[in-house]
Amino acid sequence: MTRLRLAWLGVLAAITTFTLEGIHSHEVTVEVDVRRGLPTFTLVGLPDRAVRESRERVRAALLNSELDFPQQRITVNLAPAHVRKAGPGFDLGIAVGVLVATCQVPADRLDDCALAGELSLSGEIRPIRGALAAAIGASAAGYRRLLVPVANAPEAALVSDVEVGGIPSLARLSDLLHERWEPEPVEPALPVADPDARTLDLADVRGQEDAKRALEIAAAGGHNLLMVGPPGAGKTMLARRLPGILPPPSFEEALEITQMHSVAGIGSGRLAAERPFRAPHHTISAQGLVGGGARPMPGEITLAHRGVLFLDELPEFGRMAVDSLRQPLEEGRVEVTRGQRTLEFPANAIVVAACNRCPCARGPDQCRCDAGQLARYQRRLSGPLVDRIDLVCEVEPVPAVELVDPERASASGSAEARARVMAARARQRERLRGTRALCNGDMDGRLTRRLVPVDPVLAGRLIAARGRIELSGRGHDRVLRVARTIADLDDRDEIESRDLDEALSYRMDGWEQMAA
Amino acid sequence: MIDACDSCLRRSFLIAHLAPRIAGLLAERRERRVGGLLSLPEDELLAAAAGRRVRRALAYLDSFDADARRDELARGRSIAVCRHSAAYPQPLLQLDDPPTVLFGAGRVEALEALRAEPAVALVGSRRASPYGTEVAYALGRGLGASGVPVVSGLALGIDATAHQGCLDGGGVPLAVLACGPDVPYPRRHRSLHARVRDAGLVLAELPPGTEPFLWSFPARNRIMAGLARMTVVVEAAQPSGSLITSDFARDLGRSVAAVPGRVTSSLSRGTNELLRDGAVPVTGTEDVLDELFGVAVRRPPPAAPLPDDPLLRTVVEAAEVTSSVEAIATAAGATTAEVRAALGRLEMDGHLVRRAFGGWERAAR
Repeated sequence: MTRLRLAWLGVLAAITTFTLEGIHSHEVTVEVDVRRGLPTFTLVGLPDRAVRESRERVRAALLNSELDFPQQRITVNLAPAHVRKAGPGFDLGIAVGVLVATCQVPADRLDDCALAGELSLSGEIRPIRGALAAAIGASAAGYRRLLVPVANAPEAALVSDVEVGGIPSLARLSDLLHERWEPEPVEPALPVADPDARTLDLADVRGQEDAKRALEIAAAGGHNLLMVGPPGAGKTMLARRLPGILPPPSFEEALEITQMHSVAGIGSGRLAAERPFRAPHHTISAQGLVGGGARPMPGEITLAHRGVLFLDELPEFGRMAVDSLRQPLEEGRVEVTRGQRTLEFPANAIVVAACNRCPCARGPDQCRCDAGQLARYQRRLSGPLVDRIDLVCEVEPVPAVELVDPERASASGSAEARARVMAARARQRERLRGTRALCNGDMDGRLTRRLVPVDPVLAGRLIAARGRIELSGRGHDRVLRVARTIADLDDRDEIESRDLDEALSYRMDGWEQMAA
Repeated sequence: MIDACDSCLRRSFLIAHLAPRIAGLLAERRERRVGGLLSLPEDELLAAAAGRRVRRALAYLDSFDADARRDELARGRSIAVCRHSAAYPQPLLQLDDPPTVLFGAGRVEALEALRAEPAVALVGSRRASPYGTEVAYALGRGLGASGVPVVSGLALGIDATAHQGCLDGGGVPLAVLACGPDVPYPRRHRSLHARVRDAGLVLAELPPGTEPFLWSFPARNRIMAGLARMTVVVEAAQPSGSLITSDFARDLGRSVAAVPGRVTSSLSRGTNELLRDGAVPVTGTEDVLDELFGVAVRRPPPAAPLPDDPLLRTVVEAAEVTSSVEAIATAAGATTAEVRAALGRLEMDGHLVRRAFGGWERAAR
């Protein structure tokens, strides 16, 4: 969108660009006014330091591209003026605005075209973060064309209803506007099938059939999982294989994942082929985990969106950090409030946590922890996160004999597990149609009771067991959800007694009391 | 229930009144045990403990109103039985210095249980290992389920776990405190204190509301030893408060037992030392019952009969040996999912109990 107005001794240009806020992009109009007067270059509209510095880059880039920098009074306004502007992505918009306002390039090709890019002093256009978000924003705002740095073009081209042009330098952009040059058509960065990339397969893990089963249930129902066992038992190895048995992301999900990673500046720039696996260290802050900062950045739970967040050594994580996961676990999103603005990050991930049996992490026979230490350790395993853990499974080290014995090689690999998981998910989609939940693990208490009716005989057995087994109301729902998933994995409509029995053996309830 | 005569009440409250003085006195002598102090007649006790405060102590005695105290105790739903009461636990009288009045909070019926059945004291280290905790819990539950009252001190570690086990086994727990019976000490065990009070009895030598003193812990240990026919030390370093209890038990001629521990563990030094000196080795509830009632006279209640299902049977047997679901599956020749279902079912039907750190064990009942 360009407006060009010849005013009395002054020219006004308006260029559209996109800036990141959280993980979404916002449309920003760069207005450039050039008129006679003392040569000055003023930038208004709540720019931050990186934006303010773009004056120097624009000046040098224009001159080094054999274009003119006017010795006139230049005023640049970034509208809407009340939104804080951050980052170097406005460089290109400002430079083009100056070119249009000084009549060095014709403006007609800039109609229904948006652009974003950072300039180097030589006039080259450097890649930016969040090109995919910009493309999604441009498409939503109805722009036909988006010009981005050539390195970001394949990523932006993932959005199909915007024509993306990859621009290598300011001089080329000037050529483009003069219709002397056309950018090469851009191939969208679809994932490439790389035969060398060995995906992590469940078949690589010897033994551990029990933990594999728990992983499969977690994947099938989207349940959060806690693995308990000594170091070296293979907890991390198992957790890393969870994304591989989850259903491959749909195009929309992959776009979401890629957008998140592009905003955070991680990822390959290609469409994500697999679900993310994030394993933050236990020293991470609450802000690092759920997002935040002066310029709110997505946290690990958002980077794990649609994938897996692995919290190894769960009791070592800071109390604040773990408690901050309450909202994302309950609602699948995070709200970060900074200043007057509230940003929302999607955060729907399966949480896999791991811990040792006790702080010294030795076997039951060699353990030297006293009761107080044990109680403290176990107490750290309470709170909002543990309330949302549906499955607990013990992971024992595999005896060395089994590790080397070729006969013991696991028969079932990730591909078979994934097929079962996808079939179970299809059953759940059918049942959960019209609700907010995508899988059994997303169901809240009310939905669980509505959609998971239990045979009166089974319910009676559960009631009879009260007192023998600790089961809170919430724990009861958790057991039902897991039982539902187990039946789904077995392709059955009715929950049978064995489903409920198996679900019971994975429950977390009663741990706190046992550690007294 | 309040059944205490004037002079006994008067003496007990005098001891509570002098308690801080006694603490100071022992600190000067660098001692922790009160020795025969508590058994002295009133005037000698005053001379020994009151020191320069004798005038104030005498004034306290002069103003002492036994009836008002009784009313106060009754209002607080306290229990108080003196040495001359029929409800007073008779085994305590064998002590050189039995508490003049035994204050209590909880169910009076527990005193009858104490008369009907010999009690066992389960004591041990506050800094217990998982091994000690496991054994204390199993003994507490087994004895509780066998109808034997379990005496302990509500302390951290072994004591608390023994109470817990006794409660879970449906038995009568008896906690003996170093403070007033209504004071939950340590504070962390406030909820356990309440559970013991509801199912059994919390006893103490000091009247309700009194805070604990350094000297009252060994003094409390003599009451535990006196109440119990047998004292079992589950885990104790050397030196240890639990060994004070077992010393009292030995001096009373009651049987002393200990749970064998690993020779390399400092937490087992005290118990292994006891065993070398001739204490009864205890490896399970049966050993305690054999010592109390004679060999094979009384058995712990048999575990619930197992279902006929061969898979469930193998799973129960395998679960006793190993905590790994895989190993159980290998032993039973079943898939882990089938074993999980079997474990869940066995737990729901009360055949197996889950342990805190993984693994299952046979339920005591």
